[in-house]
Amino acid sequence: MIAIVDYGAGNLHSVKKAFEHLGAEAVVTAQPGTVAAASKIVLPGVGHFSSLQALNTTGLEEALLQSASAGKPFLGICLGMQWLFEGSEECLEVAGAGIFPGKCRQFPSSVKSPHVGWNSLAVQEGSRLLRGIAQDSFVYYTHSFHAPVVTETAAASEYGLRFAGAVEHGNIFGVQFHPEKSGDVGLSILKNFCEV
Amino acid sequence: MLTKRIIACLDMDGGRVVKGVRFDNLRDAGDPAESATAHARDGADEIVLLDITATSGNRRTLLDAVRSTARSLFVPFTVGGGIRQLQDAAAVFEAGADKIAINSAAVRDPALIGKIARRFGSQAVVVAIDARKVDGGFEVFVAGGRVPTGREAIRWAREAAACGAGEILLTAMDRDGTQSGFDCALVREVAEAVSIPVIASGGAGSARDFIEVFRDGRADAALAASIFHFGIENIAQLKRELHDASIPVRWPC
Repeated sequence: MIAIVDYGAGNLHSVKKAFEHLGAEAVVTAQPGTVAAASKIVLPGVGHFSSLQALNTTGLEEALLQSASAGKPFLGICLGMQWLFEGSEECLEVAGAGIFPGKCRQFPSSVKSPHVGWNSLAVQEGSRLLRGIAQDSFVYYTHSFHAPVVTETAAASEYGLRFAGAVEHGNIFGVQFHPEKSGDVGLSILKNFCEV
Repeated sequence: MLTKRIIACLDMDGGRVVKGVRFDNLRDAGDPAESATAHARDGADEIVLLDITATSGNRRTLLDAVRSTARSLFVPFTVGGGIRQLQDAAAVFEAGADKIAINSAAVRDPALIGKIARRFGSQAVVVAIDARKVDGGFEVFVAGGRVPTGREAIRWAREAAACGAGEILLTAMDRDGTQSGFDCALVREVAEAVSIPVIASGGAGSARDFIEVFRDGRADAALAASIFHFGIENIAQLKRELHDASIPVRWPC
C-alpha cells in the first residue's frame, strides 16, 4: 500500500487517481501510524515551503524519516522533493530533511517566475525512477523555487539555469515536476516507482 | 527548454460542450469527458472547462462533469465559470480540478484571488480577463462579456498578479470565435506587464495565428476551442507546424 502524505498542502486527489489508474493501492493519510505501516511513501505538495512546517508539528516528519532510513521507497513530488534538500530561500526558518545537499533558490530575474509548463528532461543513465524514459521527454512543472543540480540528480531541466528535475539516491526519489499531470511520460515514471 | 502550451477549451452548458461565436449562437460539440480525453490524446497540453452559463442551479451538473473529466485526464485541468467564493473553488478542486479560473468574482472582490491562492497555491488560480477594445485602450468586461466594468485591462492584469494570481487567461472579445487571429497587440502588452504566464485566447483560426501570438504577442500559452472541436485544426498537426516554425512545443508527446 502506498501512503500519500496529507499535511494540508494542495490537492492530493490527482496523485491518488494516477496511482489507482495504474492499479496500485494508495491512501491519502495524515496519520504517522499509516505512514509507518505503508510499503511505499509519496510526499506531494504545492505552494509555500512554510507549509512543510506542518510535518514537524504533526509527528509526520519522524515517521517519514524513519521509513526513509529503513529503506522504504520514498517519492517527493514538487514541494515534497524540495523537502529532501536542506531548505529553501522561500522560508529559511523551516528546515528540510537534508538528504540531498544545498538549498532551493529562486529563478534568475532573466526569466518569468513561476516556471509553468512542459519542459524537457536531460535524463541520467541508470536512474531506476526514469527507466525507459526517453531523453528530452516533456514533463509538467509549476514552481517558483528550484533545487540545485547535485551528484544524485537523475534528470535536469533548463529554465534560466540548469536545475534538478529529479533526484535519486537508493530508495529515495524526488521529482520537481508533476508526474500525475505529465501524460503518459508521468504515468510511466509513477509505474516505475510502483515497481521499485 | 520550456515549451509554449496549446490549451483546448471546452465551453460547457448544461453538461454539454458547446461553441458560440462572440459569446452567442451556441452549437453542440459533445460530452466534456470524452472531448477532454480526445484532445489530450491529440496533444493538448492542458484542458480548460468553462461553465459558460453558470448558475447556482447547475453547480451539481458542473461538478459531475469535472469529476468524470478528471477521472481519466492526466494533463493539467482548469475549471471556470460561476466561482464566486472560496467554497465554490474548494468544491471544484475536490471534484478533481488542478486550477480554477475566476473572472467576474475577482473583479468584484480582488481579495478572493489571494484567499484561494493562500489555500490552494497561486499555481491553482487563473484570473480570466475578457477585454474589448474601446477608445484608447482595452476595457474589462464581466458576466460572460455582457457588462463593462470601466477597468483598464493591463492595469487589472497587474493588480490580479499582485493579488496572487498564478496565470492570466486573456480573451480578446472582439476576436472570440471569429477565427481571424489573436489580438497580438493586447497579448503583448499584458505579457510584458506581468511576470506570471499569459494565456492568449480569442481568434485562433490557423497555425499561422498561433505562430504570431507566440512570436509577436509573447504569449506563454494559447487557447482555442472551436477550431479543435470541429476538427478544422488538429492539435497534432498544429504542433508539427509550430515545431517546423521553430516555436518550442511539446512534440512528439
